Amino acid sequence: MIGPRRFVNIGPNVNPLIPAKHDGLVNSLSQLPEPGNPPRNLWADARRRFFRNKAATISLVVLTLIILACIIGPWVLPFDFDAADWDAMSAAPSITNGHYWGTDDSGRDLLVRSLMGGRISLMVGVLATVASVTVGIAWGAVAGFMGGKVDGFMMRIVDMMYAIPYLLIAILLVTILGREFYLVVITITAFSWMDMARIVRGQTLSLRSREYVEAARSIGVPTLRIISSHIVPNLLGIVVIYTTVTVPGVILTESVLSFLGLGIQEPMTSWGVLIADGTKVMDVSPWILLFPGALLSITLYCFNFIGDGMRDALDPKDR
Amino acid sequence: MWTYTLRRVLATIPTLLAVISVCYFLLHATPGGPFDSDRQVSAAVLANLQAKYHLDLPLWQQYLLYLKGLLGGDLGASFRYADWTVNELVGKALPISLAIGGTAMVLSLLIGTAAGIWAALRQNSMVDHVVMLISNVGSVFPSFVMGPVLILVFAIGLGWLPAGGWNNFSIRFMVLPVALLTFINVATIGRVMRGSLIEVMHSNFIRTARAKGLPERVVVLRHALKPALLPVVSTLGPLAISSITSALVTETVFSLPGLGKLIVNGAGNRDYTLVLGLVVLVTVLAVTMNLLVDLAYALLDPKIRY
Amino acid sequence: MATAPMHLMEVKQLGVKFKTPDGLVSAVNGISFTLDRGETLGIVGESGSGKSQSVLAMMGLLATNGQATGQVLYLGQDLISMPKADLNRIRGNRVAMIFQDPMTSLNPYLTVERQMTEVLEFHKGMSRKDARVKAVQALDAVKMPEAARRIGMYPHEFSGGMRQRVMIAMALLCEPDVLIADEPTTALDVTVQAQILILMRELQRDFGTAIVMITHDLGVVAGLCDEVMVLYGGQVMEQANADAIFYRPSHPYTAGLLAAVPRLEGGDAPMLAIPGAPPNMAKLPAGCPFTERCAMALPKCGTERPPFAPAAHDAQVLRACHLGIDDVTRNLERLKMEQGARA
Repeated sequence: MIGPRRFVNIGPNVNPLIPAKHDGLVNSLSQLPEPGNPPRNLWADARRRFFRNKAATISLVVLTLIILACIIGPWVLPFDFDAADWDAMSAAPSITNGHYWGTDDSGRDLLVRSLMGGRISLMVGVLATVASVTVGIAWGAVAGFMGGKVDGFMMRIVDMMYAIPYLLIAILLVTILGREFYLVVITITAFSWMDMARIVRGQTLSLRSREYVEAARSIGVPTLRIISSHIVPNLLGIVVIYTTVTVPGVILTESVLSFLGLGIQEPMTSWGVLIADGTKVMDVSPWILLFPGALLSITLYCFNFIGDGMRDALDPKDR
Repeated sequence: MWTYTLRRVLATIPTLLAVISVCYFLLHATPGGPFDSDRQVSAAVLANLQAKYHLDLPLWQQYLLYLKGLLGGDLGASFRYADWTVNELVGKALPISLAIGGTAMVLSLLIGTAAGIWAALRQNSMVDHVVMLISNVGSVFPSFVMGPVLILVFAIGLGWLPAGGWNNFSIRFMVLPVALLTFINVATIGRVMRGSLIEVMHSNFIRTARAKGLPERVVVLRHALKPALLPVVSTLGPLAISSITSALVTETVFSLPGLGKLIVNGAGNRDYTLVLGLVVLVTVLAVTMNLLVDLAYALLDPKIRY
Repeated sequence: MATAPMHLMEVKQLGVKFKTPDGLVSAVNGISFTLDRGETLGIVGESGSGKSQSVLAMMGLLATNGQATGQVLYLGQDLISMPKADLNRIRGNRVAMIFQDPMTSLNPYLTVERQMTEVLEFHKGMSRKDARVKAVQALDAVKMPEAARRIGMYPHEFSGGMRQRVMIAMALLCEPDVLIADEPTTALDVTVQAQILILMRELQRDFGTAIVMITHDLGVVAGLCDEVMVLYGGQVMEQANADAIFYRPSHPYTAGLLAAVPRLEGGDAPMLAIPGAPPNMAKLPAGCPFTERCAMALPKCGTERPPFAPAAHDAQVLRACHLGIDDVTRNLERLKMEQGARA
């Protein structure tokens, strides 16, 4: 689905992403520390649970391979991404002529172009994610910490941003400002920070008034210690989870923009651009569409499984 | 109920105003744009711009007159085409987008809720796994890849359907676009419906309903369905908005002369005023849809006191 | 062949098991009792003792990963093995249940009227209009003010005590023979608790309903129950007449429970608690589940499950303990003296 994922609250007013351990409540008798059992460590637990999740683990491996391929591939492969091979124009994938994924109508090797496109797509993904996560955390933490009117105002702005069909504004911005690389990143960032802001704000608000925080304060635990041992571990988990959710959204946004011809422009290429090119000639050279398309889809799926895996790992209650 | 509605309507005005104003003033800042004296346009276009945007007057007057025009439903003039106003272009394109989008939304609601309910009631069975699989695939797979693949299979490969284009509301040309949009939405609606129904079925009040000896059919339909539908209704707002963005892709992929294609072409042509007018229109539509969804939610949930 | 007169309800060796990722967990193990018209049985225990699960099993309301074993005979028919359609004719009609938290146990999206009339429509085939009349009468009977006006409201518009009255009225609409009450007053204020209990006693007197009352509050038991069953770790520790339980507890656990109730006349006496924590139901010892926390446990208590048998001093009292009643009483006296000396 195109667009930032909106967090839909499906149940009673409980944030299902709060790790069960830090809930302060013992939900099942089997979680009581028993004599002879080593004390449970949240991160070790989470890591174990993550790797027990087959889909997530495989996705992690596949994603790593894709990233490595995108980084190293273009250096290692014999073809340049914009070099025209006059002997093989619109050639189907073959092993004999070295174009494993075929060539496009200008004779450029598809595999190299796909990997180069991957570099751009992933780079945009990382940059825009880092930027939007930063903005989101800052926004959410301030709103949650200040509470009251400031919080209300800041969240109204978030709601407004949600109500705007972002792609449209992105298109308007691109129309007006042009298609420079950094502008594309900024545009994408502008519409991807809201989920993180909402989550962080919710967490901050709820953590501030948690019973165990109050309890800790009441027995004299210093504030810094409270923050570091109660608030930060909870925030960290959520931030990590939502970052893995944000990245595919951002990559998708860039791809859509590029597909519509409003994103990355020549001479750079990205998966969206390649797919658009492929669509134009798919009746004669379907591979130009299919290979980058498959690469993009697989990358998105990997991120999703990893995100799900992390969510399960950090909070087993959330089924 | 009416005070609630009024309050919600009033709440949308700041959003609209903010979006419109930002876009308008951005346009003014654009070099080579419609409000820049260096613009390169034909005399005919210039005349239109003059008429619609009052370019001689001071900025604040231009702005207010523009707002006044909007209230009257005037979306402005095109920066590239002298013969058409934005309203006229919209008039030709909107029915097409509505036909495709509307059909898809209705279908996806019906299919999505049915599938979600079915899967929830048979949790962890084969049906459930299949539904969840389709739902997961559908929500991640990029639509601009799925669309061309559909064309590849059904139009180019099997030759059953046209590869795109439009022929005056002929059904053959609507099948693939509607199918694509429906599939995307069903993925989300189905998953939310299933999740929420499963959660509701574990509620204490469902246990009470069973304890009263009510047959399971009644328990599900009368007791569980309404609370379970609420999260689905909540998703309709964001879903409607993302449908707009999906429409952009769909109309591009299938070459449908709808609103989305108009926007994309306008952006490609750097037809600033057209894009501005369309962005305003679509934002109004989006905000309205959100509002309707909120009102529907309030109607369904007795705990919201208006 | 002469048979004994049939009991209204007879539970034989009821057990409840759950399939969990940690294996098969036994939440309830070997509960048996009989119930006749107008009698009240109190089931007492801590959280996790299995008291709720046992009555949920009786009503066929266990979670999907739960299985019930044994027999629950209502007028001779076994509720556990009955097909769902037949069970539904009995549930809400002849055997009714009320739950602990009336806020979450009533459907917030339906009016009280709807939730009440549907019971009558289904079980008695009444029309909507007639059912409404009867429902208002039921609300009057539970002393709800302005019942006719308020019946059209939603549950969240009522206070906690009122909601529980709604639940009780709803349960009694078909004049059931048995009412199962799962901690009906736990979520309520103390004054409201008293009102609800008085109400239940009056209703029992007027309708002759048999009541199974689940509670962890011994005060409730004292006020309402004829027979008492004390559960721990899913097993019955002691089962006897209420007077017997209160005046001569025959099991260390029962004695501990009674001693832990703070008394007004105690003055500055230290509050006594049973040391330790509730057992891990997935890892119960082979013997008596209370062994770990018992002040007078013998070595064999941990390994050999004590037989559930009549006490030496009174055949009506059933207990599961390796120590004889006299040994228990003597140990209790000694402990009281030690603790009194320490105070």
